[in-house]
Amino acid sequence: MRIAIVDESAARAAVIEEGLRDAGLSDVTIFVDRHGIAARLEEMSPDVVLINLANPHRDELEELFALSRAMARPVAMFVDQSDVAGIEAAIDAGVSAYVVDGLKKERIRPVVELAIRRFRAYSRLRTELAEARSALAERNTLDAAKLLLMKRRGIDEPAAYAALRKAAMDSGRRIVDVADAIVTADRLMGDL
Amino acid sequence: MVPLRIGFMPLVDAALPILARELGFGEDEGLDLTLVRDLSWATVNDRLLYGHSDAAHMLAPLAIATTLGLGRPATSISVPFVLGLNGNAITMRPGVAERVTTAGRPGDVAAIGAALRTVAAEARADGKPLRFGVVHRFSSHNYMLRYWLSGCGIDPDADVEIVTVAPPFAADALAEGEVDGICVGEPWNSVAVDRGVGVIVAVTSQIWLRGVEKVLAMRTSRMEDRAPTEKLLRALYRAGLAFVDPERLDTIAAILSRAEYLDGPARLIRGAISDQIIFAKGHGAVHVPDFMFQHREAANFPWTSQAAWLYAQMARAGHVTANAADYQVAQGVFRPDVYRAALRPLGVPLPGASSKLEGGIADPLAVGTTQGRLILGGDRFFDARSFDPDQLDRYLSIGAGK
Repeated sequence: MRIAIVDESAARAAVIEEGLRDAGLSDVTIFVDRHGIAARLEEMSPDVVLINLANPHRDELEELFALSRAMARPVAMFVDQSDVAGIEAAIDAGVSAYVVDGLKKERIRPVVELAIRRFRAYSRLRTELAEARSALAERNTLDAAKLLLMKRRGIDEPAAYAALRKAAMDSGRRIVDVADAIVTADRLMGDL
Repeated sequence: MVPLRIGFMPLVDAALPILARELGFGEDEGLDLTLVRDLSWATVNDRLLYGHSDAAHMLAPLAIATTLGLGRPATSISVPFVLGLNGNAITMRPGVAERVTTAGRPGDVAAIGAALRTVAAEARADGKPLRFGVVHRFSSHNYMLRYWLSGCGIDPDADVEIVTVAPPFAADALAEGEVDGICVGEPWNSVAVDRGVGVIVAVTSQIWLRGVEKVLAMRTSRMEDRAPTEKLLRALYRAGLAFVDPERLDTIAAILSRAEYLDGPARLIRGAISDQIIFAKGHGAVHVPDFMFQHREAANFPWTSQAAWLYAQMARAGHVTANAADYQVAQGVFRPDVYRAALRPLGVPLPGASSKLEGGIADPLAVGTTQGRLILGGDRFFDARSFDPDQLDRYLSIGAGK
């Protein structure tokens, strides 16, 4: 089974490809750049095309699929109207699939389900990464605020931290918000 | 508050649903509106069909095509409200534009078409036929472009190529020589002009002065839950009233330009919504009356004859084989009855008829209403033909336009 993955995110495409390969599907081609995509897709003549729903080129690709004389015409997998849960899962995950006519449903379903799982896994990874980044940023802010307090007030680190914690408790804010206010104020005030 | 999700594409004519939310008209009606932005019509349509959205900013012909089951299983879509008339333009590579028009100002589209016919014939003889990008096969852009070309003696299938290009990439496609011209909505023509990669040679209101454009589409089953539908229509109507208020121009341009909506320059968006169009880089803005038409003259009223005209163009393009049963279904997609029921309490003018002769009005004409006074302005086509929805066969038999 020849599978094309069309996705403007190379990272996500790689995550999906890896999943497909693990499942023994090795004839996979990734298309990230839109340039020349029509000719390359026609040359490859895929059985299944996976496209992220947010891809801005879906309309162009649908037109290509509808008109191409060079390749078997993939149609939207959503045409299997009976599979409402499957359609909803795909839309929730953000993936759309086009499949050439005549390919057996039993062969398609596992591919699409795998794509859905991988799309979800990728979103989860992204969320975790964003959380990790924001935790790191908070840590940096806290350190910068402590340094400022230590320098200005001539205190040591535990005292600086205690001062921050007390200010946070007194004002009902998070420590990092107090730290952020100190860093911002320092930037604004400079050496005044 | 009743939650309602509305899908849209980042285009200036998504203004009414966006403003219904941002200016509080939805809230006034007890609706909690959420706008869902997508970058392809396929995805806007999928979300609508599978219940991810309750309503959508939609290409009128795509609503008809979906109902008729073209290219996918038929799902009944209804259009109880038109989001606007016209607002698109045809923008060409400067090298082509300078051969067909005087860059920088609007010209006579019949004369421009005649000049284009020569350029197209030469390009075809060189083995490199002119290529035009439209936003979707089932779009008014495609049908308006085809109408103009064939009216000027250019066969849209044999003499030129027409391909699909996503609006945000239309300017890139021009710049890279992938296409010679685009027919797209704003602000994407102005973006191409601003980058110096395109010259606007015609705006669609010059081809059809009152051409139907985007619509509010809903699954018919969803629309039949009438209470929220009617609230939404009233909120959209009030948004249209705000849209044409000159005092609000800056506010509206600022809202539309935001990243979660059009994510485009407020300066260019302001030009489009105030009918001030810069046709070529380095030239001043030209006032094009009725470039976009979102409110006056019951512009939001879904005339079934508009759907009929679109079906006729779909037949001319070979996208459907005209038959009486499908013609009825296509006209039934537009729902003037739902519009009237929703807007009656506002006391606004409501047309008495549901269908009219399209392109038949030269001078402002008072028309019959069930409520209020209504005068319709000129609605002529550039070739002075008119479309009588009761005479489809006759229109199509003469209507090759070649």
